Amino acid sequence: MITLLKNGIIYDPAQQKDGVVEDIYIRDGRIISKPAPNETIAQTYDLTGKIVMAGAIDMHSHIGGGKMNIARMMLPEYQNQYQQKQLEEIKNSSDPEVHICTPHCSHHATPSATDTGFRYIEMGYTAAFEPAMLPINARQTHLEMGDTPMIDKGGYAMLGNDDYFLRLLANKADQKTVNDYVAWILNATQAIGIKVVNPGGINAFKFNQRRQNLDENNPYYQVTPRDILQSLSRAVHDLGIAKPLHVHCNNLGVAGNFATTLDTMSASSGLPMHLTHIQFHSYGTEGDKKFSSAAAQIAEALNKNKHITADVGQILFGQTVTASGDSMMQHLNAHHANPKKSVIMDIECDAGCGVVPFKYRDQNYVNALQWAIGLELFLSVEDPWRIFLTTDHPNGAPFTSYPHLIRLLMDKTFRNEAFAKLNLDAQAMSNLNAITREYSLYEIATMTRAGAAKLIGLNDRGHLGVGAAADITVYTDQADREAMFSKPDFVFKNGELVVKNGQVVKVVWGATHTTKPAFDAGVEQDLKQYFDRYQTIQLDNFKISRDEIESDGRSKIISHQINKKDQA
Amino acid sequence: MVLSNQFGISAGYGKIKMHMKNSNQNASKISATCPACGLLCDDILVSTSPQLSAEKACTKGVAFFQRANINENINASIAGQPCNLDAAINKVVEILSGSSQPLIAGLGTEVNGARSLMRLAQKINASLDHMHSESGVHHTRALQNGGWITTTLAEVKNRADLILAIGTDISSTHPRFFERLVENSDSLFRAEAPEVVYLGSEKNSALNHASLHTLPSMISALNALLQGKKLINSEIGGMSLEALQSLAAKLKNAKYAVIVWSAGALQMPHAELLIQSITQLIAKLNETTRAAGLPLNSGDGDTSVNNTSTWLYGYPTRLRFMNGIPDYNTARYATTALLNDCDALLWVSCFNPHLPPSTALPTIVIGHPAMQFEKTPDVFIPVGVPGFDTEGLMFRMDSSITLPLKKLRNSTLPSLSAVIAMIETKLAAGVSA
Repeated sequence: MITLLKNGIIYDPAQQKDGVVEDIYIRDGRIISKPAPNETIAQTYDLTGKIVMAGAIDMHSHIGGGKMNIARMMLPEYQNQYQQKQLEEIKNSSDPEVHICTPHCSHHATPSATDTGFRYIEMGYTAAFEPAMLPINARQTHLEMGDTPMIDKGGYAMLGNDDYFLRLLANKADQKTVNDYVAWILNATQAIGIKVVNPGGINAFKFNQRRQNLDENNPYYQVTPRDILQSLSRAVHDLGIAKPLHVHCNNLGVAGNFATTLDTMSASSGLPMHLTHIQFHSYGTEGDKKFSSAAAQIAEALNKNKHITADVGQILFGQTVTASGDSMMQHLNAHHANPKKSVIMDIECDAGCGVVPFKYRDQNYVNALQWAIGLELFLSVEDPWRIFLTTDHPNGAPFTSYPHLIRLLMDKTFRNEAFAKLNLDAQAMSNLNAITREYSLYEIATMTRAGAAKLIGLNDRGHLGVGAAADITVYTDQADREAMFSKPDFVFKNGELVVKNGQVVKVVWGATHTTKPAFDAGVEQDLKQYFDRYQTIQLDNFKISRDEIESDGRSKIISHQINKKDQA
Repeated sequence: MVLSNQFGISAGYGKIKMHMKNSNQNASKISATCPACGLLCDDILVSTSPQLSAEKACTKGVAFFQRANINENINASIAGQPCNLDAAINKVVEILSGSSQPLIAGLGTEVNGARSLMRLAQKINASLDHMHSESGVHHTRALQNGGWITTTLAEVKNRADLILAIGTDISSTHPRFFERLVENSDSLFRAEAPEVVYLGSEKNSALNHASLHTLPSMISALNALLQGKKLINSEIGGMSLEALQSLAAKLKNAKYAVIVWSAGALQMPHAELLIQSITQLIAKLNETTRAAGLPLNSGDGDTSVNNTSTWLYGYPTRLRFMNGIPDYNTARYATTALLNDCDALLWVSCFNPHLPPSTALPTIVIGHPAMQFEKTPDVFIPVGVPGFDTEGLMFRMDSSITLPLKKLRNSTLPSLSAVIAMIETKLAAGVSA
C-alpha cells in the first residue's frame, strides 16, 4: 500500500532541501522513490502550501528512570494542577471528543509516561532520548520508556562516577580494558550513547567533597575529571559509536563556570564531545551581582572548536523541577528549592541523583539572565548542525514549551518584547536585543531533525530521503511560529497517520534505539568478581536482555551500526 | 579473542526454560531472586525437585518458597464451590459490571501485575490501595512535605561507618541486612564493620531503653544538639543527656552515617512527622559530613506498585479513577475508609496468602493458591506466585534496582496479568453486547 504526500514544501537539511515543493511516497513505513505508473496509490494527502519536515528528535530530555519518578512522586501538586486544567477544558467544551490537553499546556514538568508520549507526538516530535540512564537503574528507565507511547526512545548510559570505572583509571588500566567495559555497558544497558555527569564529582560527593574542578583529584582515586573525559571520549571514539561522549560539565550553575566549560572543550584532545545544557555552564562573575553572561566566550569557542557539539538547555519562566544525576551540585542548590523540598540520593556505587523543584522568574536577576544567556548562545553559535534545541526537560522548562522557544529564535520582535519585560539589571547585562539573527525554517529543521539524527547516529531518521523511516510532520505555515509548531496538521509515525490537527488519532508504540559495539567477552571475568564482592546484585541480573524490552509485543529494539575501525 | 556483540538470553525466559529442563533431569539449582522482603536477594539457589531447597535464603525466604511450593492444582471457586477459570472470570465480570465504585485493594503484586491492575482500574473507575500503604504513605508524605537524602544498599555495604536504626531492629523484617551489608568482609572503602546503634528497638544495645513513643522527643533532642542548642533536661525520652550527646557526636564524626527507619514499625499517628524529624537530622549532618537515610519498605510489592503507579498515572498509591482520571489522596482512599464507600472489593495478594479485610461487600479474591478463607469470598481465583510459578519484575526497597523474578517450576497457574487480561476482554465484550 502506497501513501502519497503531495505537493508539500519540503525542509530537509540532510538533503539540502530548503523549501522545495515535492511529493513523498511511503510504503511499509518507509519513504520510497516515485513508484511506477502502474502501481496503485492507496491514499493521497494534498499538502499544497503545507510545510513538511521529518519528525523532530529530542536528543536530550529526561523522560524516564529513577529521578523522574522521584520527581513525580514528590510533586503530586503538579499533576493535580494539570488535571484541574484538563477537567476545565472538558467542561468548557461542547465537543465530546475534545482533547485533554491544549497545545499551549506547557509547564507540566512531570508528565506520566503516557502523557510524555502524547505531548511529544502532538508537537511533531517522533523520538526522545533519555540522557542520564544510570546503568544500575537502566531496567526501570526502559520500563518507563516502554510504557511511553507514540515515540521512539533511547538512553545514554552514565559512566565516570562509578567505582568500577574509577578503579580502572586509578589502576592505570589500558585503554582497551576501558573500551571493553564501555562497550559491555552499552550492551548490558541497551543504551545508544555514553554520558558523564560532573565527571568524578558525584563520586567525590560521597567522600564529602563539595565541588569538583576539572584538574582536581578525586579525594579517593587520585584521578581528575580531565582523566575521566579523556578516557571515556577515547573509548567512545575507538568503539566507533556515532554519539560523541555526552558531557555534563563540572560546576553546573556556578558563577564563573564558563572557564571550566572552555577547559573541558580541550579535555578530549580533539576527539568529538557533546557538551550538554551548555546554558547552565556559561556563567561569568562580572557586575555588581557577580553573575554575568559568558555566552559570547562560549559561543566563540564553539564556533572555533569543530569537534564540539552542544545543546542549550534553555530556561523558560515558570514552575518546573530540576532532576539531575549531579547529586553534588543539586545538594548545593537545594536551598533554592521552590517549593521547599528536594531529594538527594547516592546510588549503588554507580552514581547519584538530585531532584530540586524550581520556579524561574523573569523578575529575578539570575533567572532573567539565564534566559538571556540561553538565547544568546542559540543566536551566536553559527552552525545549526552543532547546536541543539533543548530545555534539558524538565530542568530548564518542560519540553512542551519548545514551540514557544522556537518562536523566540525565529521572531526578533517577539524576542525583544519578552526581553523588555525582564528584570532591568539583567537587561543591562545582556546584549540579546542587539542580536538581529532570526532562525530560518531550514535551520530549525537542522537543529531539531537532521542534526540530532546525525549526532546520535540514527541514519534512517531525521530526514525525508528514500529509505528513511516515514516519521513525518506537516505544519501550516503561520507567522506565529509558536502556534505553528504547537499543532501540526499531520504527524506520520512509520508511515501511519497518528496525529491530525494536533490531536492523537491512533496510539502506536515506538522503538528503542541502541548500539551494540563488540567487546572482549573476557571483560566479564573481572566484572563478575567485582559484582560478587562489592555490589548487591548478580552480574547476570544487571544485564537487560532484548526479550525484556520486546516481549510485551509493543517495543522493538533497533540496533544502530558501528562506524568501525577494526578493534583487534 | 572471543568477541561478542550481543548478550545471549541472560535474565529472560529462555534461560529459565533451559534450567527447568535441567532441573527436571538432574535437579540443578536455579539462581533466583527472592521477593519475600525488600532486600530482594538474588543469590538464592533454588531447587524444586526432588524436593524444595533454597540455599542462602533466610527464614523468611524459605517460608516464602515453601508456601508457594504447594500443589498447583487448586481450582478457582465461586462461593466456595470449585469451578473452572472461565466460570470464575464470568462471575468476576458480573460483579464488576454491577459495581459503580469498585475497590481494588491488597495489590500484592510485581510490576507487570501492577500495570494490569492499574489499567483495569482506569477502565472501571476503581479506587486503588495497597495492603501496606497505611505505613507506606508515611514515607510518601514525608517525601512530599520536605524530601530527603537517601542511599542504597551497595553504598551501605561499601561506605557506611555508622548505622543508626530507629524504631526497628531491621533484621526481623529484612533478615539478611546484616549478613549482606554490615558483616560483609569485602568492602571497597571500609576496613571494619560499621558500628550499629539502635534507638527504640529491642536489639541489644546501650541505647535500647527507648520505646516507640519516646522516639519523637529523642530525635528532636538529637536535632537540637546538632544545631548547637543546650538542653536543660538530664534525661529525654528515657535516654540520658550524656548518651544523647555521645550519639550526636558519633553521628557528626562518622564519615558516612546511614540512618535506617521503617514506616511499618512506626505505629503512631502522623508518623510522617517523626520521619521528617529524622530527615531533618540527616540534612543537618550533611552540612559538614556525609549521612543518608534508608527507609525500609513493608513488602508484598509495595515499592513496585508505588513506582509503577507513579510512572503510569503520575501518583503513587492511594488513588481513585474518576472518568479515567486519577485522583490522588493518601487520607481519603485508605482501604478502611473505602470499604464503607465502595460497592465491590477486588483483593489481590500474590506473594503471600494474606486475606481480604472483613466486609459485607461482594468480594473477589485473586491471589496466592494457599489462601484459606475465614469468610468465603464470592469468587476466588488462585494465580501463580511471582518468582516461583510466574515471571515478574520487582523493585527493591531502595527503588534504584529492579530485578527479574523467575519462573522456578512448571506450573499451570495463570499469572495475575493473564487473569486480568481475560477479565478485561470479557468486560469489553459485555459492554458491546
